[in-house]
Amino acid sequence: MKLSVDGLIVYFPYDYIYPEQYAYMMELKRGLDAKGHCLLEMPSGTGKTTTLLSLIVAYMIENPFSVVKLIYCSRTVPEIEKVMEEMKRLLSYIEKERGVPNTMTGVVLSSRKNLCIHPQVSKEREGKVVDGRCHSLTASYIRERHKADESVPVCTFYDNYDIEGREGTIPPGVYNLDDLKMYGQKMGWCPYFIARQTILHAQIVVYSYHYLLDPKIAEVVSKELSRNAVVVFDEAHNIDNVCIDSMSVKITRRIIDKCTQNLQFLETAVKEMRETDEAGLQNEYERLVEGLRQANEERESDVILANPVLPNEILQEAVPGNIRTAEHFVSFLKRFVEYLKTRLRVQHVVQESSAGFLKDCLEKVCIQRKPLRFCAERLSSLLRTLEIADLTDFSPLTLITHLATLVSTYTKGFSIIVEPFDDKNPTVSNPILYFSCLDSSIAIKPVFERFQSVVITSGTLSPLDMYPKILDFHPVIMSSFTMTLARPCLLPMIVSKGNDQVAISSRYETREDVAVVRNYGQLLVEVASVVPDGVVCFFTSYLYLESVVASWYDQGVISNLQRHKLLFIETQDSAETSLALLNYIKACDTGRGAVLLSVARGKVSEGVDFDHHLGRAVLMFGIPYVYTQSRILRARLEYLRDQFQIRENDFLTFDAMRHAAQCIGRVLRGKTDYGIMIFADKRFSRSDKRSKIPKWIQEYLSDNLCNLSTEECIQMCKRFLRKMAQPFTQEDQMGVSLLTLEQLENEEWMKKAEQKAHAQI
Amino acid sequence: MSSSEDVLLQVNEVRYKKGDGTLYAMNERLAWILEGKDTVSVSHRYADIKTQKISPVGKPKIQLQVVLNDGTTSTFHFVNKLGPEAQIKDRDVVKELLQQQLPRYQAPARPINKELEEKNRLLSQNPSLLQLYKDLVITQVITADEFWVKHATKFMQKQKAQAQEIGVSGAFLADIKPQTDGCNGLKYNLTPDIIESIFKTYPAVRTKYMEHVPIKLSETEFWTKFFQSHYFHRDRINAGTKDLFTECAKLDDQELKQDINSGISDPLVDITGFEDTSLAEGYGITPDKPSSSGGNIVHQSMIKRFNQHSIMVLKACQEKEPTQSNGDGLQSNSGSTTSSDTSLKPPEEKRMRLIEKVTYEDLDSTSTVQSAPPLRLNFGQVEGYLQGSTPQSAYSTEAYHSSQADPKLRRDEFRKELSLWYTSHGGQSTLVRPAAAVSALGELTPGGELMKGFIAESQAQLVPSDLQLELRNLYISMCELLRHFYACFPPTNPQLEEKVVKMYEAINRFHATRLTPFEDRVRAEFSPIRHHLTSHLHQLIAAAYRRFDTWKMRQKTGRPLSLNKM
Repeated sequence: MKLSVDGLIVYFPYDYIYPEQYAYMMELKRGLDAKGHCLLEMPSGTGKTTTLLSLIVAYMIENPFSVVKLIYCSRTVPEIEKVMEEMKRLLSYIEKERGVPNTMTGVVLSSRKNLCIHPQVSKEREGKVVDGRCHSLTASYIRERHKADESVPVCTFYDNYDIEGREGTIPPGVYNLDDLKMYGQKMGWCPYFIARQTILHAQIVVYSYHYLLDPKIAEVVSKELSRNAVVVFDEAHNIDNVCIDSMSVKITRRIIDKCTQNLQFLETAVKEMRETDEAGLQNEYERLVEGLRQANEERESDVILANPVLPNEILQEAVPGNIRTAEHFVSFLKRFVEYLKTRLRVQHVVQESSAGFLKDCLEKVCIQRKPLRFCAERLSSLLRTLEIADLTDFSPLTLITHLATLVSTYTKGFSIIVEPFDDKNPTVSNPILYFSCLDSSIAIKPVFERFQSVVITSGTLSPLDMYPKILDFHPVIMSSFTMTLARPCLLPMIVSKGNDQVAISSRYETREDVAVVRNYGQLLVEVASVVPDGVVCFFTSYLYLESVVASWYDQGVISNLQRHKLLFIETQDSAETSLALLNYIKACDTGRGAVLLSVARGKVSEGVDFDHHLGRAVLMFGIPYVYTQSRILRARLEYLRDQFQIRENDFLTFDAMRHAAQCIGRVLRGKTDYGIMIFADKRFSRSDKRSKIPKWIQEYLSDNLCNLSTEECIQMCKRFLRKMAQPFTQEDQMGVSLLTLEQLENEEWMKKAEQKAHAQI
Repeated sequence: MSSSEDVLLQVNEVRYKKGDGTLYAMNERLAWILEGKDTVSVSHRYADIKTQKISPVGKPKIQLQVVLNDGTTSTFHFVNKLGPEAQIKDRDVVKELLQQQLPRYQAPARPINKELEEKNRLLSQNPSLLQLYKDLVITQVITADEFWVKHATKFMQKQKAQAQEIGVSGAFLADIKPQTDGCNGLKYNLTPDIIESIFKTYPAVRTKYMEHVPIKLSETEFWTKFFQSHYFHRDRINAGTKDLFTECAKLDDQELKQDINSGISDPLVDITGFEDTSLAEGYGITPDKPSSSGGNIVHQSMIKRFNQHSIMVLKACQEKEPTQSNGDGLQSNSGSTTSSDTSLKPPEEKRMRLIEKVTYEDLDSTSTVQSAPPLRLNFGQVEGYLQGSTPQSAYSTEAYHSSQADPKLRRDEFRKELSLWYTSHGGQSTLVRPAAAVSALGELTPGGELMKGFIAESQAQLVPSDLQLELRNLYISMCELLRHFYACFPPTNPQLEEKVVKMYEAINRFHATRLTPFEDRVRAEFSPIRHHLTSHLHQLIAAAYRRFDTWKMRQKTGRPLSLNKM
């Protein structure tokens, strides 16, 4: 339908619209008009992506000069592919409606692993191996060598692209991963570099978070993207963790050992080069004297990772004299690695600031801060000069130089923690040095500053006020939308006790209690016996899952469960889990029914949807608090308290509840879907937890559903399922949770709809 | 020929191996003497005879063959000069005699003939039929022949329909409940079903079984070893090399690994491909690799087994029924190859899956989703599936039966009432909207609004499960008898009349031999519920008796009338 949102003509590729979609568009439009950032929560399964896309694309059509680009970031590859599919639908709809051929280009960018079509390289499974092999076939010096000597292998796809494809642009349209590969195959060009080139001029770019948030990748990929862009972070409930991860580094003894090997290799390589190609090294030296920046004529294919610090922190001066010579730099690195080695040789936990680390470093091995800051740049320059073919071999050394650059650049918001052993295994020496970012706002700050509108959205962002604090930004629009439903298709319940009235909870003190574990088991068995098809359960951690399954086996719960459904369990091996998942789906499809035991914060809870029959009930066993004894977490909590005045408990509860909501939300993916949501922990009924459950779930969590025993819960399930099994048609939804264009244009309807869908905070 | 044996039967003119002679059937043996000789040429002890066979009707030669236990046969040709009819008569006499004699000498378990074998099989395959048989035949409520002719026909017919593959229960291993035998031993109960399930699910065990039984091990030894092995137990680590099943575990693991390596065809499920970064280890603070030291290895391998078990159960069921899938496109590309050529083909399928995920069918006016034709379930035993739904006759109220005397009047009344009913509702066919009906039902179930004061202690909880089972069996048998009883009405011919009487007697017998003892037992053991349990059964029986009485009465008065008419 073609609708008007606050005067803007929006092409919406469906015949009807949900009221909350309309309300969402209104808010988003206001945000774009104000050229500010937005924070929007809308339940999963209400067509968030298609709403976002159709509004922003319409906005771009209408205001071609104020917004020239849409950068859409999502978390997982399947999510990205789904976005591309919706985009295709939207653009073909617009083309049909307007009667004008499409001029927009939408392109996806993914890692080489997902885009490579080289017959051998694409067979590799590990992403970094693909990157390395690609680099060894496409780096500029390799291609130079190939010109001299035909036997040096190069990638013909890249070569062809470099010769023929660079000038032209690909025809307008939407290109997902397979389209890119097909296009590349057809033209004989490399899809990855087509994509890299195309994102610069395409109107719509879809890629994963890292390409924008991780400075060492963003600098390579997204440096030249236009500033007049709208950036969307979808599924952004975990965005702070992505920010922190992208700025953090950890060093183990294994990495140090590999570094030593790397350095030995470098030493001999430099020596050899000194003998054979003195000019090359001299040349590099000259360039370094003149300053790194202007000397950078490197080609796109030469770098995989850029400087790990944010662009505004990179020094615009020449490399200090003491590391300009290759030999000096190698011995400099040697000293630094030796120093790290001694730091790892500790018997007790050490925690210090960057400044403390630098001071100690100066005292012990006389390494100053300034040369450390240039380490990352200097190493990549050296590797280029030495014409190293496969950079993956040097990833440990690259990591060390990144640590050096990071630690000497940032003094605030970071912490260094050295742990001599794992807390769970105090006898096994396994020293790890963590350089941990504590402040999630550091990495995302340039994004907020650079782009005119940043939209942060997800199905579960409650409580909304936490995100502006931890990301340190000021949204112009902050809204949470509920789900208008024609029938109550979700049944949230808090089960607080078993049939024997023993309170169930995953509190540390009682979680291993036989009665609690048994009650959890009983609850699951009973649910499995009344709920058809798929049932998904989430535990608070792998360890807890393992121990509970073991005691369930002893108590006979497992065999009871197997009598009703097949049992699948998430493991720490993702390949194994994928297979289990595939079979879980098969079991649900064939009507046999299955139970999946999974883990909150695990991969399943973050990326797999259990829509319709794949998940008719979801159980959350306990509150998924993060492991609170972790020192990194402690440091972060302290920092949050001091810098942002966020109380420890508030943050911990916020973090636990957003993960619980993520898990629970997996089961409901649309208005025609239905599902039971069971929070199995006494503590969920406390108001501090309950109020942090997303609004759209809270709305249906009435007081009489907050303190149930297993038996009561089962009775509720039975009633609910019987109601849901009745036929549900479009007519039932019409006017309540589904609007036609006429209804939309009717003032009264609109007001009502907006009120309903909207819960301003 | 020893004189100590009585000759039960003597048949002349019997040919054996081209020699004419006389066939004697004696107390313990079947003998044949060549004409004009004294010595016995052929002598088979009854105990040695496995079966007898006779030539089919219409064959020119009238023969009888006895098959011995060791497989040798002797064929007797009846050559009565009076013609084939006399020959057949001769043969049949011998056949009858042998039929009587042979079972006495055979092992009791051995089925006597094909027909019985078939019946036996039917009984063992249909628990409900067996129960009926027990209730009706063994208690001599009706005779066996009657039972087979009347009550088992539907099972006999069903037999002809194609057999349906039996699935594998997910819990078959758990169902082998070990029992302690009192002296530090464990007893496992294995049924053929469970063995079949094990074989289906774990083909490696089947191969092992084929290899070892019965050459190297006896069957019992094999299963003993199976249960002792680590393979059976969940925590399969440190499986010693001596263990017979170590190899099986390895094979299973290999298969699983192969499945993993062949890749996951569904991109939405392949967790390994979710992340779009290819950073080397060391970046970020989340652990790169899960620390295996963190958890308990025994638990981890146990979890792996559970997954493996479920996967294999699923596989065992799917190999046989590839068409049973939902047509989801998931199953069709199980064997995905990774050559660069084919890697360009799956996109279509992948796209379909993605489109399916991102389409909101309720937002479109022309809903394009066509639901797949529903699968038809083919039940072997519907009772087993619906579990616990006892057949009940819908009209069993006294009022109905008491006014049975005038069915025609009753029907008219009913019709009148029905028309009233319709007109008062404006001719609408639905009286209550389905949604309203469901919600009302919901409120009326335990936990609903209208059931606030309801105490969940229902009869279902008061009555122990074995008693429930027994009661259910009573109901099944009762209803079967009643069904046949009522099927005779109206008795229009003498056969039916005869049957009515017979069925009436059967019901009577059933009442006396089955129901009354059951009631006595209930009264003795479960006093609080004695009356409720069987009152309905009594109603049923009473109604039947009344029906019979009215019929009898009318027969006394009305029968001569009807005869006169004729």
